[in-house]
Amino acid sequence: MNAINFKTIGIGVNFSPNLEANINEAARLALRFESKLVLIHVGEASEEKSKTFTEFLSPFENQGLEYELFYKSGDPVDVILTSTKEKKIDLLIIGALKKENFLKYYLGSIARKITRQASCSVLLLINPSINRVPCEHIVVNGLKDPKTQETVTTAFLVGHKLGVGKITVVEEIDQEEVSVKVDDDKSLRKSTIIKERLRLREEARVKKVLDSIPSDYTKEITIKSQPIFGKRGYSIGHYAQVARADLLVMNAPSKMTFWDRVFPHDIEYILTELPTDVLIVQ
Amino acid sequence: MRTKETPFVGFIKTLPKNMFSGLVVSLIALPLGLGLAMASEAPPIAGVITAIVGGIIVSVFGGSFVTISGPGNGLVGVVLIAITTLGLTATYAAIICSGIILILLGFLRLGKLADYFPSSAIQGMLAAIGLIILGKQFHIMLGNKIARDNGIDYLLEIPNTLITVVNYQDKGLIYAAIAGVISLAIMVFYSKIRNKYLQLIPATMWIVIVSVGFSYYYEFILKTPNPISAAYMIPSIPNIQEIITDIPSPNFDMIGTLSFWSSVVALTLIASIESLLSIKAVDKLDVFKRRSNVNKDIKALGLATVVSGFLGGLNVVTVIARSSVNVNNGGSNRSSNLFHALFLVLFIVLFSTELTRIPLTALMAILVYTGYKLASPDVVRRIFTIGKEQLIIFFATLFVTLKVGLITGIVAGLIATFVIHIVVTKSLSLFVKNILKPNVLMFKEENGGYFISVKHFCSFLNFNMLKNKLEAIPEESDVILDFSLCGFVDHSVMENVHDYQELFHKKGGNIGVIGLDILGTKSEHPFALRRLLPIQNIITNNKTKRQNNLEQVANDFGLRFDPLKHRTSTFLENFIYFKTKKIEHVFNQLSAKESPCHLFDVTFSEGEFIAKEVIRSTMLHIKTSSNVPVFTLDREGLLERLYALTGYKDIDIKNHADFSKRFYLRGENENAIRSLFNDELVLFFESNAYYHIESSKDGLLVFSKERMASIKEIKALLDFGLRLNAIINKV
Repeated sequence: MNAINFKTIGIGVNFSPNLEANINEAARLALRFESKLVLIHVGEASEEKSKTFTEFLSPFENQGLEYELFYKSGDPVDVILTSTKEKKIDLLIIGALKKENFLKYYLGSIARKITRQASCSVLLLINPSINRVPCEHIVVNGLKDPKTQETVTTAFLVGHKLGVGKITVVEEIDQEEVSVKVDDDKSLRKSTIIKERLRLREEARVKKVLDSIPSDYTKEITIKSQPIFGKRGYSIGHYAQVARADLLVMNAPSKMTFWDRVFPHDIEYILTELPTDVLIVQ
Repeated sequence: MRTKETPFVGFIKTLPKNMFSGLVVSLIALPLGLGLAMASEAPPIAGVITAIVGGIIVSVFGGSFVTISGPGNGLVGVVLIAITTLGLTATYAAIICSGIILILLGFLRLGKLADYFPSSAIQGMLAAIGLIILGKQFHIMLGNKIARDNGIDYLLEIPNTLITVVNYQDKGLIYAAIAGVISLAIMVFYSKIRNKYLQLIPATMWIVIVSVGFSYYYEFILKTPNPISAAYMIPSIPNIQEIITDIPSPNFDMIGTLSFWSSVVALTLIASIESLLSIKAVDKLDVFKRRSNVNKDIKALGLATVVSGFLGGLNVVTVIARSSVNVNNGGSNRSSNLFHALFLVLFIVLFSTELTRIPLTALMAILVYTGYKLASPDVVRRIFTIGKEQLIIFFATLFVTLKVGLITGIVAGLIATFVIHIVVTKSLSLFVKNILKPNVLMFKEENGGYFISVKHFCSFLNFNMLKNKLEAIPEESDVILDFSLCGFVDHSVMENVHDYQELFHKKGGNIGVIGLDILGTKSEHPFALRRLLPIQNIITNNKTKRQNNLEQVANDFGLRFDPLKHRTSTFLENFIYFKTKKIEHVFNQLSAKESPCHLFDVTFSEGEFIAKEVIRSTMLHIKTSSNVPVFTLDREGLLERLYALTGYKDIDIKNHADFSKRFYLRGENENAIRSLFNDELVLFFESNAYYHIESSKDGLLVFSKERMASIKEIKALLDFGLRLNAIINKV
């Protein structure tokens, strides 16, 4: 099995109060994954800007961080998307905003557009911090999808690199699949049996996925498999919140049409209410 | 041990009981059917046709078990308006259309329409219907028929009618008013008197018997005509041939008009709401704890309504009072509904002319009582304890319904509720943004329990999502329901969740609700907070004389006295006696940690709605080891009817013919019971006062009468309990 790694990590930076925290998170990750960090700034290059960035990065440079500053003017979405291709970025980090008064996080419209269109994996950070907060629990989707194998493997790679204690693979079973509607005691029994069967089927499938993951990655991690019944894409976010996960790893959406945004599904739900840090694996 | 029976044999065995229960129900259904039809200004026989058609069709096609169907009181107001605006034959057409819509709702699985209405608004609507019935019939009950424009005007006329009645000169009217008042008195006081002979016949039937008897007394003994004014007697009831030949043909000419369809919508709405509320309430009373198939039942009710409309009947709905009487008289499957219909057919065939001997005022007294029960001050008081804002919703719905109409009323209730929710949360976006989100997550935890988490908000608007998840969980499971990610939970949800908790509890499961306490402190949540404290114990040091004496008794027996009301009565739920009863609270408890005896007063209710009786009783609970078999010991005849329901056999103890003759001993495990009842125990029972004793898993329940005991009786009961405990625990 060919392990995927993030060779180049990119982060869009601007001068917001979160700047230091964002840079610190990105630099820490780059060190963990032994990858190169690219800071992308939309705007003209200037001595002053470069000085600020290097100042923040200097402690990490001492630990062996390799980085690059990249300046380009234009439409923020275009600039970031083209530069990810240009610089062959594997993982793009985007910071989320926190709503005042509410304990909820959301993505700005720019960040949302980038997430939808990015050709690389995207990490959405809800709470970047200057000092390291350990990541304990990763929730990853175990959908029946060709991308799932790679996503789960990536989750374990990240878990391995970050020293995560527990990874939960969540199989979302759509209510539609339980073909019996519950009306009375008899149909309830029937639907309970069907659900149990679905659960076993899903668990067997996830086990297969897990079996093909390099044992190096799985060694020190507690693995749990959890079937949930709910709306695909939405419920996993809800679960991550309930299970107090630190990171949610998901498949990238297959294709995005106009209607997907009007009637949100899968990833769009997550984009509207970030339950935790989210990694979307391309 | 009971041998396994095939379902068919089991069904045949229950037939006699269901037949009896059907008979009792039909005794109520007959006068009520006549009255409800007359109150809606339909021909009186229409109500009986409704009950007959409903009983036959719903018992064949329905999806519930112990419900009774027939004409409903909620529909009186709607049918009345339909008949005054459309005319009788067009109303039959509207009834047929509403039946078709009900069938469609059933097929679309939208039978649970009532779930989308906030409970305080429904309460307000029902109270308004009650006031409409009460307001209009009150005048007729006192022999003063008047016509006014809307419900409020009728209510405002009540004082005038009272003045008119006092000044009556016409003897016929005076007798009519007296018949009404006596009938009302029978309805009011019937439930207060617990006499087993009196209670064999339902109150409504007593009214019929008394008034028919009165009429015969004048005809045969006094040989004078009935003194009650002929205008206040039931108009002629057609006999069975006339009913069949004179089936009215529904008039579909008005099908293009708005007023026709607004009647159809109102009929459908009220019929489905009344049926659903009744089904839900009756399911709670079912001894066998079965779950009704609501959609199937709605389809059957719809079909019955269509047929009833074609035959000159009204909307068929599930009715709560008659269903509860059915349960209490041993109805165990749909055949009792069928028998109730068949007995009605029999009554009409045999007695249709006798029915004209009933004074109209007496029938209307039944309706006045029904109306009062729907709008009784208790309802208002209960809603007030939940929260002042619920009272706003309640009265908004009530007044708009009375002043404008039912559909406008319920819409007003919906809007009032929603506005109040916005005001309470100070956020409109919470609701607008999240209403369509699938906000409920359910998964099974490793330990086999279920976990449900609800996000954003949970109110009448989206309760169906939570409900669907709860419905899909087997009731014997443990469930954790987490509201901690919720910003708002409304009263309708709390009430419904509470119902589910009871249901799960009954079947051995459990729903634990978490996260509300955080919610309460963070957002000063009014509904949730108040729901958690349903019982208010007012001043505690103001004890009655009996309570002071009880405290004395407690000291004498080394027990602790606790006068406060407690809602936790789980130790009582396993007893067969409480299977068809709803325990409200336990109070005046005498107990001690080291003592196995626990004496208490308990308030419980039997039956629903107009058939409801609230009973307070003193009982003794004795803790025993779990190897005591389940049995009931009773004086011959006292409560035998109830225990016959369980299907346990009477067990004779050898060599104790006297004991076997004097006591009914019932239970499933005959051998274990025989070995428990050794010479010493039998002698003990023979030589002591009679008590009703029943055992469940790990306790005995002992009581003598279905009322509160005096201090002397309590001392005797405690003494009996202590001695019984000594013997039982030796065995």
